[in-house]
Formats: sequence, C-alpha cells, structure tokens
Amino acid sequence: MAFLQIKSAGQIYFTKHSATPALEDISLSVKEGEFVSLLGPSGCGKSTLLSIISGLLRPTSGTVLLKGEKITGPHPKIGYMLQQDYLFPWKTIEENILVGLKLKKELTADKKNEVFSLLKQTGLYHTRNQYPSQLSGGMRQRIALVRTLATKPHLLLLDEPFSALDYQTKLKLEDLVSATLKKNQKTAVLVTHDIGEAIAMSDTIVLLSTNPGRLFCTFQVPLSLRRLSPFEARQHADFPLLFQQIWEELEQIEQNDSE
Amino acid sequence: MNKTTVNSAHARYLKKAKKENWIVRLMQFAIFIGFFAFWEISSRTEMIDPLLFSSPSRIFSLFITKMADGSLLVNTGITLFETILGFILGTLFGTVLAALFWWSPLFSKVMDPYLVILNAMPKVALGPILIVALGPNMGSIIAMGILISVIITTIVVYTAFRNVDPNYLKVIQSFGGTKKQCFFEVILPACFPTIVSSLKVNVGLSWVGVIVGEFLVSKQGLGYMIIYGFQVFNFTLVLLSLVMIAFLATIMYQLVEQIEKKLIRSR
Repeated sequence: MAFLQIKSAGQIYFTKHSATPALEDISLSVKEGEFVSLLGPSGCGKSTLLSIISGLLRPTSGTVLLKGEKITGPHPKIGYMLQQDYLFPWKTIEENILVGLKLKKELTADKKNEVFSLLKQTGLYHTRNQYPSQLSGGMRQRIALVRTLATKPHLLLLDEPFSALDYQTKLKLEDLVSATLKKNQKTAVLVTHDIGEAIAMSDTIVLLSTNPGRLFCTFQVPLSLRRLSPFEARQHADFPLLFQQIWEELEQIEQNDSE
Repeated sequence: MNKTTVNSAHARYLKKAKKENWIVRLMQFAIFIGFFAFWEISSRTEMIDPLLFSSPSRIFSLFITKMADGSLLVNTGITLFETILGFILGTLFGTVLAALFWWSPLFSKVMDPYLVILNAMPKVALGPILIVALGPNMGSIIAMGILISVIITTIVVYTAFRNVDPNYLKVIQSFGGTKKQCFFEVILPACFPTIVSSLKVNVGLSWVGVIVGEFLVSKQGLGYMIIYGFQVFNFTLVLLSLVMIAFLATIMYQLVEQIEKKLIRSR
C-alpha cells in the first residue's frame, strides 16, 4: 500500500467574477521513505497541491490518504516547511523550536531533550536563547527545519524552503535536509521551480503543467544520483543528462500553454 | 585607516553631537524661562489684564494655599485616577472588541458601518446622555474617558490583527493549533507593539474625555476647578488647573513611552 495517496484531487478558486481551476485530476502515490519533487512553472498549482496534502486546504474534489487514512485537516504526522522560515520574532529560538510540542501539549522533558539533540545536529545549539533577528537567513531556515522535525512528522512537506536563500547557503542546506531526512527515514514532498534542486534531492520528480495544473510526466532519478548527497549529485555525469530531459519537457509545457 | 585616526574621528563626532545636544537643551530652557518671565512682567506692568491672565507668581501662591488646605491634592488625585482608569480600560475594551471582530469575520462585517459612524461621532457630544444614564458621578466621567478612546483603539488594533502575515498562522495550523492558540501564540504577541502604542495615544484622548466629563458633572477634579474658576471669574484658579494638567499629562505620556521602550526592547 502506498504511504501517501492522492486520488484525483482538484481545486477551483472562486472570486466574485470568476471560478479559476487551479488543479485538475491529480493522482499520485508516494512510497514510504521516498523523496518526491513537484516541479513546474509558476502558477501550476504546486503549492496548492502541497496545501491540500497538508490538510490546510480542502480540495474541491478528490481525496488524500495517508497510510490509507483520509486527510481532513492538519495531521500530526505531517510536517510543513514554508518558503521563508517564519520563525516567531517575539519568541527565542528555544521557544520557536518547541512551539509544535507546546501546541500539542506534549512538552515533556524527554521530548525537549530530543529536540535539543536535533538542534545540536544542526550546529546551532548555542543560539537557543537568542532571538531570530540575531540569526542569518540560512541559520533561521535550519531552525525552521528543527521546528518542523520537532513533532516527529512521518511526512515532510517542503514548500520551496530554499528559494529565499543565497546560492551557497542553499547548497549547504540541501545537503543538511537531505542527510537529516535520510537518517530519520522520512518521506518528503518538495515543491520547487529549480530543476537542479529537484534532481539533486529527489527519488522521483513529478512535472506539472499549467492552467489548470495537471500531472504532465514523471521522472525516476537514476540510482547513481540518488546514492549521492545533493552537492555531489550536482557534479555527477548523469546530472546534466537528466537536467536536459526535464528542461525539454518544461519547454513543451510552456509551448502548450502559449498555444 | 589606523586605529588612532578612527578613534580621534569618533571623538570629534561625539563632541559635535554633545555640543548640539547642549544647544538644544539651552534653547528649550531659555524659551521656558522667557515665557514665564514675559508673562510675569507684562502682567505686573498691566500690558495684559492681570484679572484675566493672572501671573506666574499669583498662580504659585495659589498653588501653595491650595496645597496647604489639601483641596488641590484631592482634586488632582481624582482627575488622575479617572484618567488612568479611562485610558487603560479604553485600550483594554478596544483590544477585546478587536479580538471579537477577528474571531468572527461575520460579526466584523455586520458591525463595520456602525463602527464608522461611532468613530466619526464626536464622543464628547454624548456627555449629557451619559450623565443622564449613569448619574452625575465619577462613573460617567470614567465612561467618557473610555468612550473617547475605545472606538479608535478597536479600529487600529483590529487593522493590526488583520495585517499579521497569514503564514505565521499557517505554521500554527500545520501543527494542528486551534483558533484560540492562533490568537494567543501569534495574533496577540505580533500586535503587542500596536496595542502599547495605542496606549500612548489614548493617554491624550482620555484627558480630553475626563476634563469634559468634569466640566459637565461639576463636582470635583481639575476640570471642575477650571469651570468653577471660570464661573466665579477666578482665572488664577483656571490657570493653576491648566498647569497641573499640562504637567501630569506630560509625565503620564513619558511613563507610557518608557514602558513601551522596555516592552519593545525585550524582543
């Protein structure tokens, strides 16, 4: 049985003057431990799809199943990481990373120590009494990762979490996230518009077309790249080949769209 | 650049800043002394009518007498109490109303036109109604102090509530947080600076409400002293009350500003 299953999900946005279909008939299944990237031009509804999976947005049609259980609202086993860190500026780093446990009223000494050891893994334990404004963008996004992992989600949803960072920080963070997820055997869905990032990080890449967002095609990343860390994968000979293939498909989507 | 040049440049910069600060203080002091000296002299030489405009020395001697018989302290205390209660309750009620609006968008939509009317309405015009409804006592004066600040606080704070980045709420919701948790974990702390700064505005508004209230009720307080002085043509009394109000309002504003600084710095 698939870990995560999306069954013909569709979403329509309504305003006073129009009804805009954003997603149409999306069916997708993700295996446990798999890293899937949703890739597509802006406006293809990939962030909408992520919101639907997270349970924050009810799809207009279709269903999402996590381990066979229907998702109807925010689920404790699903973690969500946003484009920017969105750390609460009025809370210290410690309060920020513990907020998930606090909201769930699960803040025990044991769990607190587990979160602290996660924080140590990211090398930011010394910042725990500081405020987010005292940290750099890359550090803040690392803290946001710890905050998301603190409640031990089985499925991690990443909504372009590296897009607001400079290139160097982004590459380092890709490695950190990839290593952390592999180590803890998490399943992840990443939304991105960066082809390189998708290839370097994922096992499967799903291309979405625009107007409305539909499943266009799926790529399996070869094992030669999957074994490597994102940074190493970018150096591998197979990387540009896959990049080229995906590039052509994306061109195709653009052409279809303009017709 | 080596360290000594940097240091000496910094020293020059500090010296210049200090000098400017000095000049500003000196000028402020000169205006203060000049104003009272001019007032005193023109009153004594009868350039202005001493019966109407009194003089600083007369006001001061009245201050001593009224302090001695205790009546000034009592009246000032009453006005101060009413004002503090007025602006704290005004800010509190305004925030609570804003919270209700945030909680129920439907309620806020329904109430929107009434809020506009109430905001446009000069609140002091409701004074007579208040006195009839609540009686000519301290209650209606405090109510006036609250009324004058509550609507504008509601509008300002509710706008701040709505302008909180929805992504912060998304974080809370993704952890399964409830609406109540959204409010207390995100909305309220995010808008805390706005609430404190509306406290600052409300200090001034509350003084207006309370003084007008005391005009109407005419029993006690600094507002009463003004209206009484006016009726018996004792303008020294009127001006003494004005000086007291100016003094206290400034102190109160400064206090709230200090509190604001402290609260904002701690984040």
